[in-house]
Amino acid sequence: MQMRRILLASAAIAAFAGTAQAETVLKWGANRDIGSLDPYSYGDSFTINVLNHVYEGLVRYNRDLKIEPALATSWEILEDQITWRFTLREDVTFHNGNPFTAEDVVASLERVSHETSPLKGNLPAYVSAAVVDTHTVDVTLNGTYPLLLNDLTNIHIFDKEWMTEHDALLPTDIGAGTEGYATYNANGTGPFVVESRQPDAKTVFVVNPDWWDEAQHNLDRIELTPVTSAATRVAALLSGEINFTNDAPVQDLPRLAAAPDVQVLEGVDLRTVMIGFPFRETLSTGAPNPFSKREVREALYRAIDLDLIHQRVMRGKSRIAGATVAPEIPGYVEALDTVPGFDPDAARTALAEAGVPEGLEFEFNCLSDGLVNEEQVCQAIASMWSRIGLAPKLDVAPRAVQTPKRTGGTTDVYTLGWATLPMLDAYSPLLQIFHTKEGNSGVFNWGGWSFPELDALVQAAGSELDVEKRLSLETEALQIVKDQHIMIPLHQQPMAWAVTGEVAEMPLFPDNKPRLWFARVTPDA
Amino acid sequence: MDHTASPAAPARPETAARPSRLTRLRDSDLAHSFRAHPSAMLAAAVLALVALSAVLAPLITPQNPYDLAALELWNSEIPPIWQAQGQWPYLLGTDTQGRDILSAILYGSRISLIIGFASVLLALSVGLSLGLVAGYLGGWVDNVIMRVGDVLLSMPFILIAILITAIATASLPAGLRDVLAAPILIFAIAVPSWVQYARTVRASAMVEAKKEYVQAARLIRVPAWRIMLHHILPNCLTPIMVAATLNFGLAILSEATLSFLGVGMPPDQPSLGTLIRIGNQYLFSGLWWIVVFPSVQLCLIVLSVNMIGDWLRDALNPKLR
Amino acid sequence: MIAFLIKRMANAAFVMLAVALLAFVIFRFFGDPVEMMVNEQATQADRAELRERLGLNDGFATQYARFVTNAVQGDFGISYRNQQDVMVLIKDRFPATFELVLVATVISLVVGIPLGVITAVHRRSRLAQALQLGSIVGVSLPSFVVGILLILGFSVSLGWLPAFGRGETVQIGWWSTGLLTPSGRAALVLPAVSLSTFQITLVMRLVRAEMLETLRSDYIKFARARGVPAARVQWRHALRNCLMPVITLTGMQIGNLIAFALVTETVFQWPGMGMLFIQAVTFVDIPVMAAYLLLVSLIFVVLNTVVDITYAWVDPRLRDDSARSGGAHG
Repeated sequence: MQMRRILLASAAIAAFAGTAQAETVLKWGANRDIGSLDPYSYGDSFTINVLNHVYEGLVRYNRDLKIEPALATSWEILEDQITWRFTLREDVTFHNGNPFTAEDVVASLERVSHETSPLKGNLPAYVSAAVVDTHTVDVTLNGTYPLLLNDLTNIHIFDKEWMTEHDALLPTDIGAGTEGYATYNANGTGPFVVESRQPDAKTVFVVNPDWWDEAQHNLDRIELTPVTSAATRVAALLSGEINFTNDAPVQDLPRLAAAPDVQVLEGVDLRTVMIGFPFRETLSTGAPNPFSKREVREALYRAIDLDLIHQRVMRGKSRIAGATVAPEIPGYVEALDTVPGFDPDAARTALAEAGVPEGLEFEFNCLSDGLVNEEQVCQAIASMWSRIGLAPKLDVAPRAVQTPKRTGGTTDVYTLGWATLPMLDAYSPLLQIFHTKEGNSGVFNWGGWSFPELDALVQAAGSELDVEKRLSLETEALQIVKDQHIMIPLHQQPMAWAVTGEVAEMPLFPDNKPRLWFARVTPDA
Repeated sequence: MDHTASPAAPARPETAARPSRLTRLRDSDLAHSFRAHPSAMLAAAVLALVALSAVLAPLITPQNPYDLAALELWNSEIPPIWQAQGQWPYLLGTDTQGRDILSAILYGSRISLIIGFASVLLALSVGLSLGLVAGYLGGWVDNVIMRVGDVLLSMPFILIAILITAIATASLPAGLRDVLAAPILIFAIAVPSWVQYARTVRASAMVEAKKEYVQAARLIRVPAWRIMLHHILPNCLTPIMVAATLNFGLAILSEATLSFLGVGMPPDQPSLGTLIRIGNQYLFSGLWWIVVFPSVQLCLIVLSVNMIGDWLRDALNPKLR
Repeated sequence: MIAFLIKRMANAAFVMLAVALLAFVIFRFFGDPVEMMVNEQATQADRAELRERLGLNDGFATQYARFVTNAVQGDFGISYRNQQDVMVLIKDRFPATFELVLVATVISLVVGIPLGVITAVHRRSRLAQALQLGSIVGVSLPSFVVGILLILGFSVSLGWLPAFGRGETVQIGWWSTGLLTPSGRAALVLPAVSLSTFQITLVMRLVRAEMLETLRSDYIKFARARGVPAARVQWRHALRNCLMPVITLTGMQIGNLIAFALVTETVFQWPGMGMLFIQAVTFVDIPVMAAYLLLVSLIFVVLNTVVDITYAWVDPRLRDDSARSGGAHG
């Protein structure tokens, strides 16, 4: 607390005194705030993404989203096939001046996989880590596992000495009811240093002059301001109060693009939007559940006019999807990417043949703070389903309210967006969504389905070190998902960032994560 | 905003004498005053028009905006009829789901009026009965009722309403919530507002209960409810009537505010506040009609109600004549 | 007087305990805190263990007692959403809301009092009638509509004033103020105006009613008869008489304004307590909701008690409890 106050005070003085020379400031208006300054206490990809500017992993994604060395310079798999040896970068220091060593890596891996850590699922194969020498670490896994590096891109490394000093060796435990030191303070190795933070108002990062890597950015400061209302974000960008947003509302893109000083960066996100069904015996109303029948799921699929949603709700910016993973994701093949034609009459007939009663009521669970235009997508789909004689009850609420219903199986049909982050591999949805719910597998299998044949394929892929073989196993499993219509893929959603003329460079990444160490801002004249 | 825009004048016990004739007299007085106030007449006319169109909404609108199957996404975002891309029958254009704005406004006004009216009615009946009972019986009954009132008044109105709706929405299954959305709002708005009526009536009941004729009536075993209904209640009707009218406007505003904040009517049964909330997302997208028309209608309704309430207060307050 | 004082304080304490009970019940049974706290991957055993550690298996009375004990010490635990100490979160946001409410109150007095005097003095004039009508429009416009209109007009079309946030703030001790920087002051204008519309009409109507009353009183008639200039009578003598009720109203309305600021804060993305509360409602962040409810109620109760006691001081007749009117919502 004390520390933060001093930081705030000095920031205030700096702001008051005025800045002597032209500063390059990226004023980032995000659609929400980060949850904490502690990436391990808050299992949320946006928070981890933002904190990646402060903390780094052993490896990282480069501009082309290929894995490259970061805090580790090289690695090898030892004889036993389950131990990975990492050689660490030398001459790296934390923001407080402490040197980066193998001790820090071990302490960080232990912290993130501690049982109270909400992020432990992001490092599923980890068993233990051991110091070999100051710059070498051995990581032992529970079996052969091909995707450790992918997982490690998002495991941030903390300073052990700092954590010990501030009693932060363990992640913040909400159950204990006390605030963690790392929630308000940060000490990483990354390109930016946290200068001040006021939750939900402003978080300021300043450049780390001692960063080990050669900076490609030219930013002096990043000011992250959460602006939750989409319309306000647009107004702020038009008036220059912010010069970057990573969430420009789809419906406002024409207006933004037409503004003289604004540039819109558009792309298609890796996130695939899907609809999931319950496989339980009964619906939430107590009526028998028809959705466990494949023909019924197919009928609901055929009742959705994907093209209309693409045209109207997504304003032509989405990519209609036939597969449950995006084309960029390893494991995807084009053959998976076909959609059945829109045919409401056939759908109605199929429902009748399957014995689904006219006017069947069921809950349709959507988030108000989830996917791009999710509320409108859900309303549109609910309207299409009512036209084939169903009576969906739309239930739109914030994620925090909906998640317990979804995980607890007390709702029926639901939406889910899956971008395969941080793994960027089809194994991610196969293991976490489509596998039978048991242990660490199928944690997002909210419908409660079980396809043993698919499980076998997923397990085989999970221990296959040969990339080609692994991917073909994954593709085979995805084909089962498709044939069974376990979930209906709708589209890959659009992503749109916008910058003002001050921002000279801002690479857009298909995983929709800003990586501001590649950004450049024109200094004020 | 605050549900009690102006404190009601204290009851005037001396006007108690003959309720029926007095009422008639006052009515004619009122009627006279009404004719002398063109603004009140205009407001009443607007309100009558709004109410009529809301009641007749199913007959005169081109679409039932609550019927999901009637919405056609192809017809979304059509501008009002007088603009270049305007289309019949969408006089005021459509929203992003292809919902006809005029139909949505009429159905939305219906919800707003029903919620406003029902919540005032609920608060009135609860407030009057509890106030009468508290004032007449006194003792611990009075104490309990008034302490509960104290607690309710120690929390801001809007806060109570938000809490009630948020809790109810989060704990009900979606199927029930659709059906219960309006009753929940009615309840949420009525809960913090009955206290005002209860206090007014209680004060008057306490004064009356001590009067000789009431004591006498008690002695000859006239039932308590009769005394309360026939002697005490008529005495405080004037301030109650003014407060109820003004509260009607505030109830409509409260409903709109809750819906605007996202804890009111759901998007598939939009009230005026819900429509404004949805439209607000498209403020800069050129779809101004989604937010402007519902806002105008909402302001028009509340303005008319308040003008009538204001006139009523002045007309019933002898000091201001 | 002392008896009244004690009675009034005891009443306030009782009300706060009842609010605390309400807060506790709502927040204990509204949703399952365990479900809100664990992440999607938690197992049944994880949940049971957390439930035990949170003390959720204890009896109702024990839990309520613990809640009140902690609350009195300002300990509401940590926020589910951002894992920070709830009291610190609220303390950080309080200055933003307070400055907004303060400026809105000042605006309402500066604008409302003269308007009230004018409408009372020139009761029959066209101006007064227009203002009277305007005041009805003022209470009829939903504040979020006013906010949206102000943003559309002054931020988007004219580009004069910022549409969101507090601008640059300066830290003085634990207090962060936006009043000392140009951008902070600019950012305050639209939200404060939007929040004050309703309050202006309230002040104006009250001043008008009080003025009408006073102008009829003997001592004003006497002053007039003595030949004191009319303007002087109206603006000095009569107005002075109305100030006490206006100050009372303003004092008691502060609680309401703080609560109602949540709408304004939502529209203008103003980082105050109200926005914190609305976000807490959205995220079902129960400790924050509980703390906010208790804090705002406390402000309410304290203001009312102070007003009641002051009035009783001035006018002993009011010490009879039965004559006390419904202060809070005046």
